[in-house]
Amino acid sequence: MTININRRALLTGIGSLTVSVLLPGASARAATFGAASKPDLKPENLSSYITVNADGTVTAYWGKMDMGQGTDIGCIQMVAEELDVPVEKVTLVQGDTINSVNQGGASGSTGIQQGGVAIQSAAAEARYQLVQMAAQALNVPADQLSVVNGVISAKSDASKKISYGELIGGRHFDTQLEWNKQIGNALFVSGKGKIKPVAEHKVIGTSPPRRDIAGKVMGTVDYICDIKLPGMVHGRMVLPPIAGAVPLSFDKASVADIPGVEIVHENAFLAVTAPKEWDAIKASQKLKVTWSDVKPPFPDQKAIYDHIRKAPSIKRETLPDVGNIDEAFKGAAKIVEANYEWPFQSHASMAPGCAVVDYKPEGTSTLWTSTQKPHFGRDGVANSLGLPAEKVRGIYANGPGSYGRNDSGDAAAAAAVISKKLGKPVRLQFMRHEGTGWDPKGPASVHSARAAIDKDGKVIGWHFESKGFSRLDVDSNESQPAHTLAGQLLGVPLKFNPQFGTPEESYGFANRRKGWDVIAPLLERNSPLRTSHLRDPVGPQIAFASESFVDEVAFATGRDPVAFRLDYLTDPRDKAVVQAAAEKAGWQPHTAARKQMVGDIATGQGIAYSQRSGTRVAMVAEVEVNRTSGKVWVKKFTVAHDSGLVINPHLLTMCVEGNMVQGTSRALHEEVKFDNKSVTSVDWMTYPILDMTEAPATIDVVIVNRPDVKPSGAGEPSMRPMMAAIANAIYDATGVRMRQAPFTPERLKAGFV
Amino acid sequence: MTKRIELNVDGKAHAIDVDPDMPLLYALRDDIGLRNPRFGCGLAQCGACTVWIDGEPVRSCATPVDSVGAGKVTTLAGLSKDGKPHKIQQAFIDEQVPQCGYCLNGWVMTSAALLEKNPKPNDAQIREALSGLKCRCGTHVAIMRAVKRAAQA
Repeated sequence: MTININRRALLTGIGSLTVSVLLPGASARAATFGAASKPDLKPENLSSYITVNADGTVTAYWGKMDMGQGTDIGCIQMVAEELDVPVEKVTLVQGDTINSVNQGGASGSTGIQQGGVAIQSAAAEARYQLVQMAAQALNVPADQLSVVNGVISAKSDASKKISYGELIGGRHFDTQLEWNKQIGNALFVSGKGKIKPVAEHKVIGTSPPRRDIAGKVMGTVDYICDIKLPGMVHGRMVLPPIAGAVPLSFDKASVADIPGVEIVHENAFLAVTAPKEWDAIKASQKLKVTWSDVKPPFPDQKAIYDHIRKAPSIKRETLPDVGNIDEAFKGAAKIVEANYEWPFQSHASMAPGCAVVDYKPEGTSTLWTSTQKPHFGRDGVANSLGLPAEKVRGIYANGPGSYGRNDSGDAAAAAAVISKKLGKPVRLQFMRHEGTGWDPKGPASVHSARAAIDKDGKVIGWHFESKGFSRLDVDSNESQPAHTLAGQLLGVPLKFNPQFGTPEESYGFANRRKGWDVIAPLLERNSPLRTSHLRDPVGPQIAFASESFVDEVAFATGRDPVAFRLDYLTDPRDKAVVQAAAEKAGWQPHTAARKQMVGDIATGQGIAYSQRSGTRVAMVAEVEVNRTSGKVWVKKFTVAHDSGLVINPHLLTMCVEGNMVQGTSRALHEEVKFDNKSVTSVDWMTYPILDMTEAPATIDVVIVNRPDVKPSGAGEPSMRPMMAAIANAIYDATGVRMRQAPFTPERLKAGFV
Repeated sequence: MTKRIELNVDGKAHAIDVDPDMPLLYALRDDIGLRNPRFGCGLAQCGACTVWIDGEPVRSCATPVDSVGAGKVTTLAGLSKDGKPHKIQQAFIDEQVPQCGYCLNGWVMTSAALLEKNPKPNDAQIREALSGLKCRCGTHVAIMRAVKRAAQA
């Protein structure tokens, strides 16, 4: 059997991608598979997801985004697994609207859970198609073929073989998939090829490394801020000192000495540009603007939680009641109640948002963006430019981190407005004070909880309510101008979406109610306190309250917090993570705050748990509280993480580590400050985050692998119970119950009195 | 108002005509055309713009270009020798430290400078030396592993 040699010689000789298989043996014949040119980029085309290259390597095209946690490597593993090719032979292309369909970008921890599974399914179909081609080429029935490392051979005669590259390398699949007609996260495709059973996995469950690291560490890869185009100008926004004020006039002479400066003004949108970046910055600082006289829109920050409690509810939702909550409270021997408060928080991304837009009225315009949703970003820029989406190409470039709807989408929209006005490519970057002051915020909220306890100490009623600003004053993507700062400044009508959430857990209290109310934004338009999704939207605040309250009720009924959870949890996976975290951490059962002290340092343990879209996380925090300074150090976390089938254990562990540090920062430090005019926390001094001296010494991640359960998300779930775990540990250490976040020294010391 | 300023960056001499009060960061990016020192805050609070001047980490976003004088500027991309990563870069690669990686200039340049002065720092010394840097992705524990790995290399 010499088919490989013949084919390779043929290909080498003509240097062409044409596939004409010359079969040895009884009947030689030519067969050509696939299409010479790539079929249109449509969700139902297999070619939209998988290409076999001339050298036999595989390229996968992904419409989600990895933001630095290695989700792309997980997808590569899923593709390699289904295609039976080594991981090294698979590359994944993401973040370019010209070659990937919209799978929603980074969103809701669905990278593996939805986006990965979809591309895995496409890869399974690619394998199926390749085996069918091989059956034809080798004249062997498909069910008598096997695949090893991208080579298909007859089970009965290993010399009868042909590689993927030889079958279709350099050409394109021309078959269709069943598409569920969904765009975004929910997009799913399937064909005749079925995803492999877990027992056959060789690649899933291993830990190949990320591929973006060396370029980042060596300083050789471009970031969004590094994109440069011929004729490009640098843009800076000019935003009002009082939120809601609009520029009535400006004095061109005030910036006349700055070379090449241009001013872009329409309605409340005001920006400056210059060919040199430093000049654009100077112009934005020097431009004299007369602002409209507006009433300062915000309440005193000290009154924000009162405002939330008193403001009318504009939308209320409840889960269906379980049992009869009113009867339960009427018949209670004891009622425990508590209220919790959570501040606005900022994305405070590592750098303020930046984007480059090159508007071309004829031909194709281009957006370079570090948004986590480049397809939606492209749609938004097309809307801003007044062009159909297919006339705009969106290209992702590395950015300063993104954990939700940060300000990168606002930078893209603003760059589009300016590029269109000036007819030039524009690179717009916000300044630090805008990145922290004017990004969409995580919403502030209040939470009230009460529990009914019978005479035997059993919990018979549970009632949990949240009330706050919506999680979505602007949408979680920037596909419509109404959801961008630039669009709002231009006067596009708003599309406010009042949404909040309820605790995700499986406590089986006999009678229970969970609900939420959303109140109106403080300022409808152009607000620096407009809200949108920040990593695990509303999850940390809800679980901070609900899981703190679980501890409060445990102690009120004389139970240890771990034992109490195990008493009432009904889901076996939930119980398992609680047990795993407690065991690994060396949980010390207690039924009251232990207040263990050595010198000034009080130490304690706290546990909390929650679900998130299928994932379960329980964690034990161990804290040291300095009774003199009021400072909290979370010395150690032990995290039990069950996200079903684990694709890449090492990268999962590192993803959880990042969550823990970022979440500790949110728990201990982060609170947007504002006065009645605007946001006043505008840099790293006024909006501090955790620094190296405060980082945990140990983050021990216990991965609970469940190969029998489909993979769920890991980007956000461990963020969720963390604040309660820390608050519960602070209580064990000091006897002080933190009911308002963040847990600053001032709040701790107020409790010590 | 512009001034001819000579800079030595990663071993190469440059002469640029710029506003002498302009921060070094913009000279490196806009006038010399380098990419890796990045704007994070413009306030010397985060470290994303860090370069060395004569081996000392400085925040280029808050260093007037005129103040550099004859100082030799080294950037993250200039830290490697002949394409071979500096040992701290190798440790960051081996530990797969960065997530977004935007902040890396500060962490790598400051860690490398620390190890020059104190080749075997203890945990507290590492934490203190790196306390003025920001990482929003929360890779701090991986950074600790990498610096300790480099100290043992």
